Amino acid sequence: MKTNQNSRRDFLATSLIASASLVGCATKNPFTAEELPDVKPSGEMVKLLSVDGEIIEVDKAFLKPVPELPAVMNTEAREGITGKKFVMVIDLSRCKSVKKCQTACNHMHHIHPGQNWIKVYPMQEAEHTAPYWQPTTCMHCDEPPCVKVCPVDATFKRKDGIVLIDSDRCIGCRFCMAACPYSTRVFNWEQPVLEKEIAEKPYSCETSVPQKKGTVGKCDFCPDMVRQGNLPHCVSACPNGVFMFGDLLEDTVTNGAETFRFSDLIKDKAGYRLMEDLGTKPSVYYLPPVNRNFPFQKEKGQ
Amino acid sequence: MDKLKENQIIEDLLPQKFGKLGRIWVASLIAVCALGAFAYGRQLYYGLEVTAMRDYVSWGIYISNFVFFVAISLVGSLITAVLRLTNVKWSTPLTRIAEIIAVSAITFASLIIIVDMGRPERFYNLFLHGRLQSPIIWDVIVITTYFFISLLLLYFPLLPDLKILIAFKERNGKWLQKLYVFLGSYWKDKHAQFKITDKAINILAIAIIPVAFSIHTVTSWLFATTYRPGWDSTNFGAYFISGAFLVGAGGVVVAMYIFRKHYKLEKYITDDHFDRMGKVLVMLALLYLYFNVNEFLVPAFKMKKSEEEHLLGLFTGEFAPIFWFAIFTAMFIPIFILLFKKGRKPLPAFIAGVLVVVGSWFKRFLIVTPTLLHPFLPMHDVPANYHHYIPTWEEWAIAGGSLAGALLVITFFARIFPIIPIHETILETESQENEKHF
Repeated sequence: MKTNQNSRRDFLATSLIASASLVGCATKNPFTAEELPDVKPSGEMVKLLSVDGEIIEVDKAFLKPVPELPAVMNTEAREGITGKKFVMVIDLSRCKSVKKCQTACNHMHHIHPGQNWIKVYPMQEAEHTAPYWQPTTCMHCDEPPCVKVCPVDATFKRKDGIVLIDSDRCIGCRFCMAACPYSTRVFNWEQPVLEKEIAEKPYSCETSVPQKKGTVGKCDFCPDMVRQGNLPHCVSACPNGVFMFGDLLEDTVTNGAETFRFSDLIKDKAGYRLMEDLGTKPSVYYLPPVNRNFPFQKEKGQ
Repeated sequence: MDKLKENQIIEDLLPQKFGKLGRIWVASLIAVCALGAFAYGRQLYYGLEVTAMRDYVSWGIYISNFVFFVAISLVGSLITAVLRLTNVKWSTPLTRIAEIIAVSAITFASLIIIVDMGRPERFYNLFLHGRLQSPIIWDVIVITTYFFISLLLLYFPLLPDLKILIAFKERNGKWLQKLYVFLGSYWKDKHAQFKITDKAINILAIAIIPVAFSIHTVTSWLFATTYRPGWDSTNFGAYFISGAFLVGAGGVVVAMYIFRKHYKLEKYITDDHFDRMGKVLVMLALLYLYFNVNEFLVPAFKMKKSEEEHLLGLFTGEFAPIFWFAIFTAMFIPIFILLFKKGRKPLPAFIAGVLVVVGSWFKRFLIVTPTLLHPFLPMHDVPANYHHYIPTWEEWAIAGGSLAGALLVITFFARIFPIIPIHETILETESQENEKHF
């Protein structure tokens, strides 16, 4: 009869659910030889917190490492940090071309030897004007010509002003390199020399690590550092306080030791941007090389 | 027209087997292609470092080859469309030559651009994540459109010829017969069918003109949408298109001569054809010269700081030998040859055509590389070899392979299909005879 069939069905269903939940709740240690018969115990023990809140000791051999994922997902990396608009101020009167910025940036981003994301140019406007060193990063333009021309949205501008590269999407057409008037982008013509653990990491747009063969790379304003409340590596590394990094909306920039009100700094020291007339609207401002801290000296071998 | 004459035309124009010279030609082309393929294998394995391109010269002869191919492919629209729509009759025997050059060139343009990519396996990203804002996506769209229109303009006029070919079952052999039947056995020379194809050809001939203008204008915008000296020019669209028509016409003259000589087609590609194409070539060369004057003389008058190094590099500096070579071989010498009636005879016209094509290839090289060696900021903090660009053997092999491949496609096409449209030639001869009677 109908009621009998229903009640039998109900009984079966509830007993199945009950036994499943019983099994699930069983306080069995999954990290034992019974559960994983193929694994040989190594002898090295690791203390873990079990599901029940007890401290258990487990042989290290039974633990399987979870694949490392970037701290920030690709979609979040493409969006950016809310409420910020990052700017950099580079004080040309302080630069001696020590190139600690370059070394730190190359090292922390595991860039292929020979590549430089920061270039320190010897500049001289005209025949009778003063020569000076100009550290040049990516300008993170507000009208970025590189973003305009990218056919696959592999380079993009975030809401916090930072322009990043997605090396998992880049097709290596190098149109962005042709479009950038500041020659700031580099290309991985060959497989970058990387340590094994760096090479195996999943790519993060915010760290720009690991660099990949056949894709473009450039200064990224170190969003991974900025997210943690730290300064980009070049800013911290410079011994002469040349780089100042900060937030336009907060109207502050700092080089770690000194902090300035951005608008006052630019006004007082007559800050300017490179190639303003091109209309790219860079986020990097330069303070003119007035009252130089160091005389301009050519590098060795020039 | 009497059947005897018609049969004579058909016999003259049927595709012929490769003779000794033909086999040597095909073998050498295949060898070049094979070398290119091997070099590409190296490039896939090691990366683009096997080329001489580096961070400054980030575009090299692959891109200049790409521009060259897109340029040459415009000839399809010129001869098939422009001349057809203006009711020019003498160009009829040349339409298929022009169209196969167009299809072959645009195919290899697409291939060489994939070769230039750092990550060719991510090609699908162009469709999955394509941004309509990017000139590269515009190029992909217009080139694909042009390819299909050109393919149809090759196919539709071929249909009546296929019917003629299918009738020669013994001569064709097993595989060619299968191919002909597969492609056109449904064609019955019915009036209704002609009505459809005539209309289709007309529509396509009209449609291809804006598309042809688009492909080379958009290709020129890959450069003109950047700020660099030498590229930041409003002249580029027209400059590129005039150059494209020139090199395409030059290519047709070269192909005309070779096919005529090799397949003994003197009755169909006559001295008169060379005379007329010679005049077309002169006009196009003069037009291209006009645009060159605009492109170089005007910035040279001003000598803006950013452009000074670039212009001097071309006129008197490291690129001067190539620059003046290109100007003379692509324009001055052909103009001089073809202005005279004697110069428009087949052999001198052929030489002029060869000069135009060779000079134009170097002209495309000069558009791509010199600009990249004159960036706004000094070339600094880079390895020494970044300051120069001399293509490696892999690059030459691959670029050469693409050119050989394009020639191979044209060669095989002429082996398989009549390179001069049989049906249209019969119609033309008939109408000429009818005219004589009245």
